[in-house]
Amino acid sequence: MHRRSAGIAAIKNKNLAQARYKDKGSEIASEQLTQLSKQMEAFRTNLEEFASKHREEIRKNPQFRSQFQQMCAAIGVDPLASSKGFWSKMLGVGDFYYELGVQIIEVCMSTSRRNGGLMSLEDLRKKLLISRGRNKQEISNDDILMAIRKLKTLGNGFTAIPIGKTFLIQSVPGELTMDHTTILQQAEEQAFVSERILREKLGWEDERIWRALDYLVSEGLAWIDDQAPDRQYWFPGLFI
Amino acid sequence: MDRFSWSDGILSAEEQLITQQNGVRIYDGTQKTAFDYGKLVLTSHRVVWKDHKDQKCILTLPLSYVVQIEEEGSTLTKSAKSVLHLSPADPRRPSGPSTSSAFSFIRFSFTEGGQKEFHRTISEAVQRKRWEVRPAQTQAVGSNQKQLRTGISGIEKSIQQKHMDTDRNISQAFEDLSKLMDKAKEMVAISRNISTKLREKQGDITEDETLQFKSYLLSLGIDDPVTRDAFGSSNKYFQELAKQISDVMEQPLKTSGGVMTLSDVYCRLNRARGLELLSPDDLVNACRTMDLLQLPVRLHVFESGVMVLQLRSHSNEATVADTERTVEKSGSLTAEELAKIIGSSVVLSKERLLTAEKLGKLCRDESTEGLRFFPNLLLTKAL
Repeated sequence: MHRRSAGIAAIKNKNLAQARYKDKGSEIASEQLTQLSKQMEAFRTNLEEFASKHREEIRKNPQFRSQFQQMCAAIGVDPLASSKGFWSKMLGVGDFYYELGVQIIEVCMSTSRRNGGLMSLEDLRKKLLISRGRNKQEISNDDILMAIRKLKTLGNGFTAIPIGKTFLIQSVPGELTMDHTTILQQAEEQAFVSERILREKLGWEDERIWRALDYLVSEGLAWIDDQAPDRQYWFPGLFI
Repeated sequence: MDRFSWSDGILSAEEQLITQQNGVRIYDGTQKTAFDYGKLVLTSHRVVWKDHKDQKCILTLPLSYVVQIEEEGSTLTKSAKSVLHLSPADPRRPSGPSTSSAFSFIRFSFTEGGQKEFHRTISEAVQRKRWEVRPAQTQAVGSNQKQLRTGISGIEKSIQQKHMDTDRNISQAFEDLSKLMDKAKEMVAISRNISTKLREKQGDITEDETLQFKSYLLSLGIDDPVTRDAFGSSNKYFQELAKQISDVMEQPLKTSGGVMTLSDVYCRLNRARGLELLSPDDLVNACRTMDLLQLPVRLHVFESGVMVLQLRSHSNEATVADTERTVEKSGSLTAEELAKIIGSSVVLSKERLLTAEKLGKLCRDESTEGLRFFPNLLLTKAL
């Protein structure tokens, strides 16, 4: 009994319906924006309240900060994106991380000549604690990684390379391939590797080993030590 | 179910908060109970269950009852569960929801996750038996109790009180944070919706409204294609910032060879500010508008991705010619050597050498000793 309308009339109706839908679409967008405005205002108040109660907690408690970061990431929000953002302004998270960023840059610049721009996360943390002094609040590895994630935007090659249970922090531009990072992972234990060790542990052919090691040496990330019977490649980033 | 007692949920002085999880349902053995949706709190002494809907409905179960703990993994239709086998009910216990139970075990169903964490922490807590430590001491002290309270045990108690307060503060903070995040999540969803409409041109909003919308995205920190063209003429904040940066950095640039990496600029600007620091994103976005605004300072991005600020008057040709001459004078140079000679950073020196090479003025020699550049004799020396 219900027949689909056919003919020109049907086409006209369809167009009319689509046009109406489009209008409804724009109406909805504008309505939504109004709704969003209201919610933003309410949110600003909520955030202020939250800040007055818990600002200290964020300042003092690295676990809370880490939880906060995770939750932001989970909902698709970057609290550190802009210093003009709600989060950094009212919760003060911005200043904490941006300042940490400055300190990280300074520590890395002062050591990059020795280690080629590569150092372990633990090492970086130790040096940061010294340069920050005793009166500053506690920083965790998560804090450092978060600050570095933001520093990446500056184009100076800041990256955190996962090796084993921890990270290596690179602070100079330069592409490290999977092969390079695999060698770094091997080197983590004793801060050095040799061709023999790589052959045994990784089963690579000589060509592949030489190519990767040559690059690491030429970039200043590895030093050659010929005093042992087997040539050793030491990584200052891992032992200094 | 009869081992539970009603409680006010307040932690005692020696008790420590370990973990908590929302969305937990209690089963009496294999049967469902009225305790359908609540927050499970684990302390060093007991498990507390707080009903989400009725704030006054709080149950407590001492950990001393727990004889054995098992796990039931989650399936497609069922949540993961923790099974607690319990010793017989103590007739002296405070009143609870049931006086008897057909089962000697209860189950917690984790409808919102957290079962593994709970299993780990409750296993530890049951092993530690923190609830057995104190009672022995207080019994021995007896009549001297009142005097000791002001001494060491008094100090200990106040430290524990502080821990308890901190824990309470933290758990309150986490709760408040969750509520805040829920609200933010809503706004993110609406924003994405609006953004989609804008992109598919399904919703026409005025230019003012678009500006307002973009500022909301910026405030919340939402990364969206709509904000990414933020360094167009429509963004006043970044343009203002660009002018500020240009003013501040013009002189330092002149005194340091006309070029500076963005990380260097970032440090200088923020060290000078002290408070209300700039985010890296803000710096980069502001610098991207500099060319458009015809400021005396501008952003240059090398192929490698390295970003620098340089004086508009800085001529690339002049730098290349200068680099070529410097290399010629020394015969050949590495980035480190060049850096020392011209008093610049290794990163910048490397970029200079690479740029000169790209223009054919230098040749490279790659070896394990590093990357070394020579004048391009193929061009200059007649054959």
